[in-house]
Amino acid sequence: MIAEPFGYSSPQSLDEAYALLHEHGDDAKILAGGHSLIPMMKLRFAAPTHLIDINKIPGLSYIKEEDGFLKIGAMTREVDLEESDIISSRYQIFTDASKLIADPQVRNFGTIGGNIAHGDAANDHPAVMMALDAEVEISGQDGKRSVSINEFFHGFYTTAVQHGEILTEIRIPAASGHFGSAYHKAERKVGDYATAGVAVVIRVDDGGICTKAGIGLTNVNAVPMRAIRSEEALVGSMLSAGDIAKAAQYAAEDCNPSSDLRGDEDYKRHLVSVITKRMINRALERAK
Amino acid sequence: MKTVTLKINGTEHTAEVSPRTLLVHLIRENFSMTGTHIGCDTSSCGACTILIDGKSAKSCTILAVQADGTEIITVEGLATAEGLHPIQEGFHLNHALHCGFCTAGVMLRAVELLEKNPNPTEEEIRWGISGNLCRCTGYNNIVKAIQWASAKMQGKELPSTEPVFV
Ligand SMILES: Cc1cc2nc3c(=O)[nH]c(=O)nc-3n(C[C@H](O)[C@H](O)[C@H](O)COP(=O)(O)OP(=O)(O)OC[C@H]3O[C@@H](n4cnc5c(N)ncnc54)[C@H](O)[C@@H]3O)c2cc1C
Ligand code: FES
Ligand code: FES
Repeated sequence: MIAEPFGYSSPQSLDEAYALLHEHGDDAKILAGGHSLIPMMKLRFAAPTHLIDINKIPGLSYIKEEDGFLKIGAMTREVDLEESDIISSRYQIFTDASKLIADPQVRNFGTIGGNIAHGDAANDHPAVMMALDAEVEISGQDGKRSVSINEFFHGFYTTAVQHGEILTEIRIPAASGHFGSAYHKAERKVGDYATAGVAVVIRVDDGGICTKAGIGLTNVNAVPMRAIRSEEALVGSMLSAGDIAKAAQYAAEDCNPSSDLRGDEDYKRHLVSVITKRMINRALERAK
Repeated sequence: MKTVTLKINGTEHTAEVSPRTLLVHLIRENFSMTGTHIGCDTSSCGACTILIDGKSAKSCTILAVQADGTEIITVEGLATAEGLHPIQEGFHLNHALHCGFCTAGVMLRAVELLEKNPNPTEEEIRWGISGNLCRCTGYNNIVKAIQWASAKMQGKELPSTEPVFV
């Protein structure tokens, strides 16, 4: 399968990339890892007239802790997350998620920025970012702005990234205290998008009281969603089996899955409930 | 049209391509190296796997223009004057292929896997080749072939190549 014809540029700097975005107008698209965009172009679900390949721009791939944040450059590949020591020692939610995203070849190319900027509720990073309370840095000719992940996803394939802008960094409040995180999704086979997925982040104080909870859900709503009632049920509690069961029940009630080839609505709600319970327990284990 | 210059199996190649040309087509059609296969053409099966600067990649999901300036290894580049690559020898001795359609892709994926993890467990091998589909073998002999290559590449005692019936 061959995409419709398009032009191609490979800028060496962000400034050059912004200028190209302005020059080519609304039908230009950024090419990052290309592992969502190129398949869509081959199927002719997408037909941008110009691709601006940002792979040659230096300085967009890094994982570092700085100023109280974990900062991840937009062009950081899935495989870099999988192999990072900072990630595997303190932010296991990414190790969980990366392992379940696509397959090794796709993870060699797919970027975290592209995974989020694609704006697809079936992708795994959006829910992870919601659980982690991430901020997204968006840059353009007029400078940089920061958008909370809660305001980032506007609809199917639409996000806060406006024309002429590039997502440049993801910032996550650094892990501190008794902090634990976990992600799991049910998939029919390796490389499949989630039937349902749940991301959980928990912080507890020395007495075992939950001081913070973040829960994000994958592919059970039109846009990536946060299970707010579930989070509220946990904060302030001792995370007893009853508290956890209540949070799981709320997540299953509040999501909006559609019946499709991956399962019917009831089945998906059931999965959300089971995975939520398991991921809260796993995050709690890791917080200890 | 854009000019693309890249090294394939150590030899420099140049071609004029349209930006929509896929890397797998450049390799197969412009350069007549047909060892890299096209199976699904939808980024799923791994038959088109090659190494780009050492990283295993699905060449049906990469534009030829993106590969400008890179070094590529395809199945044609595995053997040397001294003989087969250990992974090829492993596949041969362990009957790890039937029709052979998936084989080039699995072997190149396995080369990167062994590069990063010279002594993988069975589970790590199975997980490591999870982006490669084989419709014939049932994977068991592929796993044995990779274990055999791992031993060979580390100079360890070679495992038996007797068939295992399960
Ligand atoms: C077989 C297969 C299975 C997959 N399975 C999964 C899965 O299970 N879970 C999952 O989460 N994903 C999955 N994916 C998707 C994969 O992870 C993609 O790589 C990822 O969604 C997009 O990242 P990318 O860097 O490839 O983006 P691209 O494909 O390059 O871009 C995607 C979109 O985002 C835009 N974009 C990219 N980067 C930026 C930026 N920095 N700023 C602004 N806009 C930008 C592009 O213009 C485009 O519209 C799968 C892909 C394949 C091929
Ligand atoms: S042909 Fe490329 S993954 Fe199947
Ligand atoms: S040997 Fe036939 S597909 Fe693998």
